[in-house]
Amino acid sequence: MSTATASQGRQRNTGASATLPDNTLLGWLREMVLIREFEIRTMQAYSNAQIGGFCHVYNGQEAVVVGTFAATTKQDPIVTAYRDHGHALARGMDPKACMAEMYGKTTGCAKGKGGSMHMFDRPNNLYGGHGIVGAQTPLGAGLAFATKYENEVLGKGDKRITLCFLGDGALNQGALHEAMNLAGILQLPVIYIVENNGYSMGTAIDRGTTMAHKLEAKAAAYGIESLTIEHGMDVCAIYDAFKPFADARRRDQKPGFVDLHTYRYQGHSMSDPQKYRSKDEVGQYMEQDPIETLKKQLIEDRACLTEEDFKAMQKEVRAVVREAVRFAENSPAPDPRKELYSDVFVDPLPNSSPSGPYLHGETNHLMRGSR
Amino acid sequence: MTTATIPTPIIETTREIQFREALREAMTEEMRADERIFLIGEEVAQYNGAYKVSQGMLDEFGPKRIIDSPISENGFAGLGIAAAMAGLRPIIEFMSWSFSLVAADQLLNNAPKMLYMSGGQWGCPIVFRGNNGAGGQLASTHSWCVEGLFSNVPGMHMAIPSCPYDAKGLLKTAIRCNDPVFFLESERMLGDKGPVPEVEYTIPFGEAILRAEGGDATIVSFGRPVNFCLEAMVELAREEIACDVLDMRTIRPLDIDAVIRSIRKTGRLIVVDQSWPFASPASEVITQVCERAFDCLDHQPVRVNTDDVPTPYAKGLEQAYLPNKGKIIEAVKSTLGLL
Ligand SMILES: Cc1ncc(C[n+]2csc(CCOP(=O)(O)OP(=O)(O)O)c2C)c(N)n1
Ligand SMILES: [Mg+2]
Repeated sequence: MSTATASQGRQRNTGASATLPDNTLLGWLREMVLIREFEIRTMQAYSNAQIGGFCHVYNGQEAVVVGTFAATTKQDPIVTAYRDHGHALARGMDPKACMAEMYGKTTGCAKGKGGSMHMFDRPNNLYGGHGIVGAQTPLGAGLAFATKYENEVLGKGDKRITLCFLGDGALNQGALHEAMNLAGILQLPVIYIVENNGYSMGTAIDRGTTMAHKLEAKAAAYGIESLTIEHGMDVCAIYDAFKPFADARRRDQKPGFVDLHTYRYQGHSMSDPQKYRSKDEVGQYMEQDPIETLKKQLIEDRACLTEEDFKAMQKEVRAVVREAVRFAENSPAPDPRKELYSDVFVDPLPNSSPSGPYLHGETNHLMRGSR
Repeated sequence: MTTATIPTPIIETTREIQFREALREAMTEEMRADERIFLIGEEVAQYNGAYKVSQGMLDEFGPKRIIDSPISENGFAGLGIAAAMAGLRPIIEFMSWSFSLVAADQLLNNAPKMLYMSGGQWGCPIVFRGNNGAGGQLASTHSWCVEGLFSNVPGMHMAIPSCPYDAKGLLKTAIRCNDPVFFLESERMLGDKGPVPEVEYTIPFGEAILRAEGGDATIVSFGRPVNFCLEAMVELAREEIACDVLDMRTIRPLDIDAVIRSIRKTGRLIVVDQSWPFASPASEVITQVCERAFDCLDHQPVRVNTDDVPTPYAKGLEQAYLPNKGKIIEAVKSTLGLL
């Protein structure tokens, strides 16, 4: 069982990211800024009651999706939990479709039927946002099963890997343990990535999870190789550690497990008084902010960015997000006569329900490529 | 309004095979035609099936398509759901639907709701199948009839064959279906033999079949108890009471039109199902009839279910608990004022 630990921050960045062109890293920076700015507007809209339901934002964790997705192609399936706006945006979902979904508008990625916790993007192979803690982990095994089956039985498609994200709280769901055992037994190319932000709601990880200091032990029990990334606030550190790990899983078509240390700046959801942690602790992590870290590296080490460039980038991104908000606000609400009874069945049959006939659905045009 | 439909004709044959063979033929023929189909479940491959339904399939299709799973119903149900989303056609075998309860989250949250939650982006073409129902002295944990519990959830079809012919025809339809199908078999019937033609056929969902015709009362049933209804019908005929016996074949969709057509003639409705009475398929049939054809009823509808207690072990207790010929005869007579 081989394990590895991520490099220690940007000073010693000699990993794979060091050889990438400036533009790639500038792209990462923009993606992280996009997620951050998007979530700032999400929080505003939520406090104005324009977004309803449960809403979990991604501030602080941006490097996780950007650093890991950089080791994938769009053909590699992704599946995650309910804290999913960052995954949707980093995968390439139109911010308009993402914001409109939260506004419950018909132009949302799921036409307002899923909301914040259930972001699906078929053209970009994002298989959801899942609201039940741990429910996405058997799905991760199934996506990997499907890519391997396509490759080996149907003889089409390249060797792919599936990234299945979960919170540290999901470590304690039976579903994960069934899924990891299946992935181990059937040798499925799925990488379980624990976004270990130290808390599940108000429960610090060591209050709810055995072996919290060494989560790799959980994977070892299923014969799955693992990786711990301690510097999960540093996108380059994530990429440097994750890229070779992912490449090996892709080559060998085998499962993996990553304990990726990160931190969420905001409360668990939009209604969390955060009595369980100190302002100091939050402050310490904000000192290692992923956007600031990469920005500094690009300015100081690579000299491919200036403060002015960064401001311009922020400005451009803010305009994109403002446009997404405007789009969501101005989009029509779903028409119950059309949308309430559509998308229940791909092929609706008569007499399926006493409350009314089911209808064929139309896919949101922003999600082109669907179906 | 009821619509008169032309029922799909039954193909006559002299070939008789077991219920389990009919299921196997359906899966095997479909798997030969479509490489995306695979079967996963406990003991389906090397052991040849806990109930020998998949006997020989490992030899024909190999271990990449006939897959032994560890005892992880939630895990392999979820695996199948995602594989279906990604373009494959999984058949998930539950050794018993009783054990599907530990997979309830995947079965009820994910399979039937994925299309809706994703705004129409991802459907879930998957078949979950296995034994359903009591009758083998297995007591309460192992005797589940999930039809009442699971049919409450929108977004999936539920098929429940009563004979080998329907088992094959309905399972083929299930495998070709683009939406999730819950397919309820019965361990008590797996060895039953019945006519199954060699020629290709399928049975559409939502089409009940009239197993017997008579003008005095309408008996409606699902799955194994259809056979008890037919026994009752034969005995009642000796007393010159003639019954329509409707085998619904699927619970969702529910061919309520066929029920209403029959009660327009008989005015009397008896619904027999093997799950508990509260919020059961029987209560659903009766509710829909009352909503749509109350005027046709000459007597209040009567349901025959299992008794509303956990399934007992002792033979006599279990027999007392299950629907049977005697209870059905009594119910029919009560609607005719003969008791
Ligand atoms: C099965 C289930 N139980 C409880 C909940 C309520 N719940 C939602 S999120 C959450 C905490 C999960 O924390 P973690 O997995 O660490 O993810 P994070 O919020 O930190 O991203 C809980 C208890 C749920 N959604 N599903
Ligand atoms: Mg957490």
